[in-house]
Amino acid sequence: MSTSAPPAPATPRFGTVDEVRERLAVTGYLASDAIATTAFLADQLGKPLLVEGPAGVGKTELAKAVAAATGAKLIRLQCYEGVDEARALYEWNHAKQLLRITAEKDASDGWDALRDNIFSDEFLLPRPLLAAIRSDEPVVLLIDELDKADVEIEGLLLEILGDFQVTVPELGTITATHQPFVVLTSNATRELSEALRRRCLFLHIDYPSAELEQRIVTLRAPGLDDALVASVVRLVQRLRELRLRKAPSVSETVDWARTLIALGATQDNDLSADLVRDNLGVLLKHQDDIERAAVALDLPAPA
Amino acid sequence: MSTALDSRLVGFARALRGHGVVVGTSEVVDAGAAAHVLGLDDRERLREGLAAAFLRRAGQRQVFDDLYDVWFPAALGDRSGITADAPPATIQDRRHRAAELRDDLARALALGDERALDDLAARVVAELGALANAATTGSFSAQQALDTLAPQTAIAGALARMQDAAEDAPGGSGDGSGGSGGTGSGAGGAPSGNSFASRFTRDEVRSEVAAFRRRVEAETRRRNAEARGAERISRYAVRAPADRTPFLLAGPAELDELRGAIQPLSRKLATRLAARRRRASRGSIDIRRTLRRSLSTGGVPIRPALQHASPHRPDLVILCDLSTSVAGFSRFTILLVQALAAQFRRVRILGFVNRVDDLTDEVLGAAPGSDLSNAFDDLSRMTRWHRNSDYGAVFADVVEHHLDVIGHRTAVLILGDARSNHTDPQFDMLREITSRARHVSWLNPEPARMWGSSDSVALRYAEIVDMHECANVAQLREFVSRLLPV
Repeated sequence: MSTSAPPAPATPRFGTVDEVRERLAVTGYLASDAIATTAFLADQLGKPLLVEGPAGVGKTELAKAVAAATGAKLIRLQCYEGVDEARALYEWNHAKQLLRITAEKDASDGWDALRDNIFSDEFLLPRPLLAAIRSDEPVVLLIDELDKADVEIEGLLLEILGDFQVTVPELGTITATHQPFVVLTSNATRELSEALRRRCLFLHIDYPSAELEQRIVTLRAPGLDDALVASVVRLVQRLRELRLRKAPSVSETVDWARTLIALGATQDNDLSADLVRDNLGVLLKHQDDIERAAVALDLPAPA
Repeated sequence: MSTALDSRLVGFARALRGHGVVVGTSEVVDAGAAAHVLGLDDRERLREGLAAAFLRRAGQRQVFDDLYDVWFPAALGDRSGITADAPPATIQDRRHRAAELRDDLARALALGDERALDDLAARVVAELGALANAATTGSFSAQQALDTLAPQTAIAGALARMQDAAEDAPGGSGDGSGGSGGTGSGAGGAPSGNSFASRFTRDEVRSEVAAFRRRVEAETRRRNAEARGAERISRYAVRAPADRTPFLLAGPAELDELRGAIQPLSRKLATRLAARRRRASRGSIDIRRTLRRSLSTGGVPIRPALQHASPHRPDLVILCDLSTSVAGFSRFTILLVQALAAQFRRVRILGFVNRVDDLTDEVLGAAPGSDLSNAFDDLSRMTRWHRNSDYGAVFADVVEHHLDVIGHRTAVLILGDARSNHTDPQFDMLREITSRARHVSWLNPEPARMWGSSDSVALRYAEIVDMHECANVAQLREFVSRLLPV
């Protein structure tokens, strides 16, 4: 295989695709075949995993589940507009450096020693990316909502994602001792650069199939009748086919199932039109979506 | 790793490139490694693995799946375990056979049995899709199979069956979902006559039928690829991805995909238009960066670092051709305009055919996400005397009546094909607009080689403003990310 590719981790975290699925399931994350396969590959090939998809389908949860399943520490970099090197990678502790300079002003060993001294590990403040690279224990590095960050940050990531190393000009290159499992998530509000995409395995998580969603709801909101869960999932799947501003996501389905439990619908085995109308706000977050859905589902007018 | 698999992957990568998916050598290497790790036992897992290695964005998935079915077929020849009878000989036989298959389809739909649907698709192609000269070329036609079968007529049958099943079942709406063994995709649930969920049973069956059509098409591609070689089939039997579909030819289904593609692009376009002088030295002092700079002067802050000024949002004026000659394009235009309007503080939308009308209120007043495609079918306010576009008259109209909306901070975006029906092009008027605006860009849906032919004055206008070919989403992306000057 390629010579430029980084060496795969000495001990892969997972042995088979089924093992990925089972161990993720233990942590409460039910993975589809696509998710399990891609996570398995990312581990085996030692490549970062770029996850895209609509909000609320479990992109961030995947990273958390992998961390929980492998017993690794989760290090998270939450991206936002204006996040920069000093927040993402490392920063020199200026205040401490200044203190040192002042304290050693009269010391005898002179400027050379001091200069070497103030750019040492002691004064380095590791931010998430450097922390993940330097970590002594296995880590899962989650770079969340990368599309919110500026383009410059992507350039910064290339070295880390390609070779799992960081270059600090004053200290030299730091290479990862434990190759982290890297998950990048994006909501596609901005096109990520080709250079970044090329270094990652790509996974698009879509809304789950009805059968999988049913299992997720049963797991996350236990106590509902199976037939009722089936109806709930069918309703949500139908809503996704309408052209809405924001289609309901898995997290909304689970919220709704919990709402039904709170309303004491545990023994019911079907939805009623009134119940759906009164609680549509849990699933849909825009008033015009609610109105459109009410028409499409032929719901009665509010009393 | 076997060399046969390698060459298969290389051929597959080449087919993907032919359909506009950028696949480099490193992707092929990754795909090889993925196939090696996953093994070839599970076809669906291999599909996901190769997709993870080859693809870079979600919009390419459709074309990938189609090509995957061609290059990594599920089976060779007739599928084992499926007893496809010989194709019927006479027309009566055909009709009879189609009715039988339709019955089977209704039953499979009613049960929501995925496996049965898969088998049925294979049988439909083998029995109804075989072309008359099949003996010599071994070709199959999905069109012919689907026309004969008419799967949409099975919907009513499937619904009736579900109704019957629900009435037979004790307790009405009881434990229906157990019946299909959990294999159903939702349509297999208990469709009792009066339960709430039964309201959308019909819609669910309808989308199942649409999925069945896709199964038949995929099966046909597989059979044909075998007869004529994967390379040939992948060239012409696979639909181009959405971002290569010309706007002028986009149907309703493509428009939906376009809508998804345009939303993020418009945000980016807005950012690019706004990203001028971001690093202007204004604003308050940035303590952190000042302190850091001061290190080079021994801790004395000599050069203060200032916070970045927030980017300003420019004004945008969109001038769009809504005449019928660019009907497909103007639907796209409306999508783009609608998406852009949300990104700008001050936006003016001027639609025209041969007269300018201010459409700002209509576009901004409409609910976000609503469909404006047919809102401007009434062109009476944008036309005068005739219904052909006249760019010269329009620019004159803008200069005369709307020049006050264009200032030194305004970006102007012109959308149209520059086909002026041999009227006076009035270059001076366009120059007048250009001189007042900060920046003018023109997006032309026609391919650049057609510019200047016949009544097109695109080349002459292109001397005055930046004109870019923009016939599909890929070109729009190119324009937004590279060509637009900052």
